[in-house]
Amino acid sequence: MKFTRRDVIRTTAGVAAGALGSRFVGSPAFAQEGLKSKPEDGAKLRLLRWSPFVQGDEDQWLKNTKRFTEATGVEVRVDKESWEDIRPKAAVAANVGSGPDLMFVWFDDPHQYPDKLHDVTELGEHLGTKYGGWYDGPKQYATREGKFLGLPLATIGNAIVYRESWVKEAGFSEFPKDTASFLELCKALQAKGHPAGFTHGHGVGDGNNYAHWLLWSHGGQMVDESGKVTINSPETLKAIEYAQALYKTFIPGTESWLDVNNNRAFLAGELGVIANGISAYNTAKINKDNDPKLAEIAKDIRTTNLPIGPVGKAVELFQVTTAVIFDYTPYPNAAKAYLQFMFEDPQMTDWITSSAGYCCQTLKAFDNNPVWTADPNNAAYAKASATLRPNGYAGPLGYASAATMADYVLVDMFAKAVTGQATPQEAMEEAEKRANRYYRV
Amino acid sequence: MAVPSVAVQPRPSTLSRLSESHNALGFGFMLPAAALLLVFLTYPLGLGVWLGFTDARIGRPGIFIGVENYEYLWSDGVFWLSVFNTLLYTISASLLKFVLGLWLALILNQNLPFKSFFRAIVLLPWVVPTVLSAIAFWWIYDSQFSILSWALQQMGLIDHRINFLGDPTNARASVIAANVWRGIPFVAITLLAGLQTIPQSLYEAATLDGASRWQLFRYVTLPLLTPIIAITMTFSVLFTFTDFQLIYVLTRGGPVNATHLMATLSFQRGISGGQLGEGAAIAVAMIPFLLAAILFSYFGLQRRKWQQGGGD
Repeated sequence: MKFTRRDVIRTTAGVAAGALGSRFVGSPAFAQEGLKSKPEDGAKLRLLRWSPFVQGDEDQWLKNTKRFTEATGVEVRVDKESWEDIRPKAAVAANVGSGPDLMFVWFDDPHQYPDKLHDVTELGEHLGTKYGGWYDGPKQYATREGKFLGLPLATIGNAIVYRESWVKEAGFSEFPKDTASFLELCKALQAKGHPAGFTHGHGVGDGNNYAHWLLWSHGGQMVDESGKVTINSPETLKAIEYAQALYKTFIPGTESWLDVNNNRAFLAGELGVIANGISAYNTAKINKDNDPKLAEIAKDIRTTNLPIGPVGKAVELFQVTTAVIFDYTPYPNAAKAYLQFMFEDPQMTDWITSSAGYCCQTLKAFDNNPVWTADPNNAAYAKASATLRPNGYAGPLGYASAATMADYVLVDMFAKAVTGQATPQEAMEEAEKRANRYYRV
Repeated sequence: MAVPSVAVQPRPSTLSRLSESHNALGFGFMLPAAALLLVFLTYPLGLGVWLGFTDARIGRPGIFIGVENYEYLWSDGVFWLSVFNTLLYTISASLLKFVLGLWLALILNQNLPFKSFFRAIVLLPWVVPTVLSAIAFWWIYDSQFSILSWALQQMGLIDHRINFLGDPTNARASVIAANVWRGIPFVAITLLAGLQTIPQSLYEAATLDGASRWQLFRYVTLPLLTPIIAITMTFSVLFTFTDFQLIYVLTRGGPVNATHLMATLSFQRGISGGQLGEGAAIAVAMIPFLLAAILFSYFGLQRRKWQQGGGD
């Protein structure tokens, strides 16, 4: 075969173009995952996420990120901040129009600055269709008027964490399933010197989880569908009275607790029952080889879902985190490609597995992840995305729901009543007045 | 007739005229500092005041709504509780810091062995970052693991743990104590510097006149120290009034807002809650109190009558 000069030039150019193009189009990422967005030339991304509670989560996220970089050539810098500092950082980034390209935000954050976020509707719908659909609760946090403001990343489940031997010692062969029997258990545990402890302080996660469970399990709600404040109701009164009875069985000091106090006291053997993410159990499990006391606690820990109240079904807040792309990013396509890559299988499967039960899937196709059956204690966290109820139920998500939670209106209502600083009626009226300031009656 | 030659002076350039003008030079040298003040102090302050008159939220510029934010705050029980907490916190902590700081300064002013070592070590609480000392206090005040409760229980003085941060009164006292611990070194070292400027001859003369130790303090030390007390306490009051980190780490304003200060409430409403306008209004509401503190110090404590030990 004879090559002319023209053939050589054509072939060389073709190889060069192929080599350049394969960096994107012909790469494993594009070929196998079918990334819908082509990253911009020279794109570099910066992601700000919350610090992990389970190390495996961060390690796997970084591994997946490395895979993405290898596949596309797009460098991604992953920074982290304490989870409580994410909200102010995201708020500032949105307001000043500068900061990380992507961020993992919490709760109603995307609804506070929807105009500042890059529309990812196409990607959201694509992933939803491909992976069995999004769970409704996480999707509500990430969508507004039919548009995806971000991708629902995970639900951090919250469940009862208890000492099995102490529950049995208190005369209960199994953990109570309803609120009335749960109160009896807490009384019995207190009598045996192993009290319960639930956060009544300004703990963003644990304080709000507990307060919302109290309210919703008794049929109360902050607002109705139209956003009218309805906290002052007979159902709320019942919830407060129940909280008062339960509080009497608690270890002293829960009204000062922040997010970490319950874990700490539980792992020190001071408490029989708490409500927490999987991290409390994982801490004991991971450190059991170095600490005989923790080994004993880890062996005795069981988890289960919070008891069901008069409302007749599981209704809990949990923490939902959404991955958003800020509109100011110069590389929106690279950011979308990155998110798509991280949400696709096998990356998402690996991440959920490595998160060891801390992060619950938001896409239904990942339900059968082996992590949920790997340890019986993980099972209580498996359905978090399916059973969660969004903040500000039954009203719309937005500025008012976010502000009401940030101002601890519900947490304070219960804390004020259980500590005797106000009667249940007074506490309810004050919460109504404070909530009305945000819902602007 | 020979015409004397007149040397024609070249007209000085604008630049050289400016370089010889004291006023222009002074203005030029002040310009960088003025620019920094304008950009980093005046502009943010002005913006804060403006935001207080708008309904700005995170991600939305907001529109002018007059004094609506202030009207809302006027009828807000939590805001007034934060004002009460801030005043209680500032007044109690500042008084304690003054008394204990002055006492410490007087002790350190004596000829003690290892004088320099003690003077250096006293500064430790001040140099430790507030967040770190706040975390230490968080453990000290923990409802389950407090070393204070443990020690008192071991000594048989109490039979149950103290609820330091759960009970509103205890929580207020606890955060004030933590602030006092942190603030004493600043007051003590600054007053010590002031004490060392008082001439020894005055004490000698007073001693010859038969003055007692109390009279030495009352009629020599205190009047001569008053100007430095005014400055020190002005700064101390400002630092205390605007404290944020200690409360944020220890209680987040709890229990039931019993320790919320205006600064922490402003952050909670403005940033966490997304209502920049209302958060700014709370911050602006701090200004009259701060101005009052400064004016009290400026016009009151520096009065010559007071400095000379007299009253009004």
